[in-house]
Amino acid sequence: MYDLIIIGAGPAGLTAAIYAARKKLNTLVLAKDVGGQAALSWEVENYLGYNLISGAELVMKFREHVEKFGVDFKEGTEATSLKPVDSPAKTDYSFEVSAGDEMFQAKTVIVASGKTPRRLNVPGEKEFAGKGIAYCATCDAPLFQGKDVAVVGGGNAALDAAFQLTKIANKIYLVNVNKGLDGDEVTREKVKKSDKVEILNNTETVEIKGEKFVSAIVVKGKEEREIPVQGIFVEIGSVPAVEFLRGLVELNESNEIKVSNRNETSVPGIFAAGDCTNVLEKQIIIAAGEGAKAALSAYSYLVRRK
Amino acid sequence: MAVKIYSTPTCPYCKMVQEYLKEKDVEFEYIDVAADKKAANEMIEKSGQMGVPVIEIDGKVIVGFNKEEIEKALSQQGNV
Repeated sequence: MYDLIIIGAGPAGLTAAIYAARKKLNTLVLAKDVGGQAALSWEVENYLGYNLISGAELVMKFREHVEKFGVDFKEGTEATSLKPVDSPAKTDYSFEVSAGDEMFQAKTVIVASGKTPRRLNVPGEKEFAGKGIAYCATCDAPLFQGKDVAVVGGGNAALDAAFQLTKIANKIYLVNVNKGLDGDEVTREKVKKSDKVEILNNTETVEIKGEKFVSAIVVKGKEEREIPVQGIFVEIGSVPAVEFLRGLVELNESNEIKVSNRNETSVPGIFAAGDCTNVLEKQIIIAAGEGAKAALSAYSYLVRRK
Repeated sequence: MAVKIYSTPTCPYCKMVQEYLKEKDVEFEYIDVAADKKAANEMIEKSGQMGVPVIEIDGKVIVGFNKEEIEKALSQQGNV
């Protein structure tokens, strides 16, 4: 049994791993990918020690640092459930974390699972994810050269994606559920100016159709309409990645894990840090600091328990 | 052993895969699918999807920077 399992390997999880290793806790890091959202930041200019660094490079440095400490690392492994192991006393918990068909046990857990892109939850979305539906415009936009695409959303991320795509795609439908576009004035103007972009306000996405790959998006404004497109970029924000512990720890109205200033959740022995929590700001350096706090709290908890 | 990375210049995970392989002293061919449409189609056909990076190690196709899968594929070739 591990002393500590850290779920997630973004700035919060990786910093927690270093602090845990330095306290000689027997630690396992379980992560879908290393870096989380930080890896996708194009340029980082507010992390101490670096004037300017790409998210990818910063994450590589984080990873090298953690690897020096010899922490057990399981990558490409997404936690699917977290539950307490029954103890007769009910005061002395340990936890079971499942990831696919694997199972791990630990005395304490730090949840640092961050956020994931918000999904549309419409028919066809699951089927065509990666098959024309993209959640990382920065990564995948160049694959849609000369094609007709839709961008779903109306905030900065959606506007950015739409603007990037004006240099690549043939035609861009910006599908926005609200009555007007949100986001920065500058980006909004750039997008509006392009004659490749058709803005559809007050318009919902109803369904995504295709055979092997996406072939159309069905939207509903005043009336329903099927628009032939080969690509769909979903840019409607992100949500805390907390599905695997729903019902176990207390969440707030935005589905963020409620934590104390010691990073304790409502369940003793489970701590949380970073963007999946109700911490005030979502920033790389804040997530890192929260990860450090969570690891130190887990350590004190373990010492008290002994 | 032939290792190919299908990538776009703006994709952070593609950068990470490259760094990772360099660290391991694995030689690879970098394919920019943003510039090479034929290669893009080849990648889509091989992987059945349209996201980068796609890594091909002696015919085995891996989607995304999945370190474990990459390591497995490399070690099966007896190179690590």
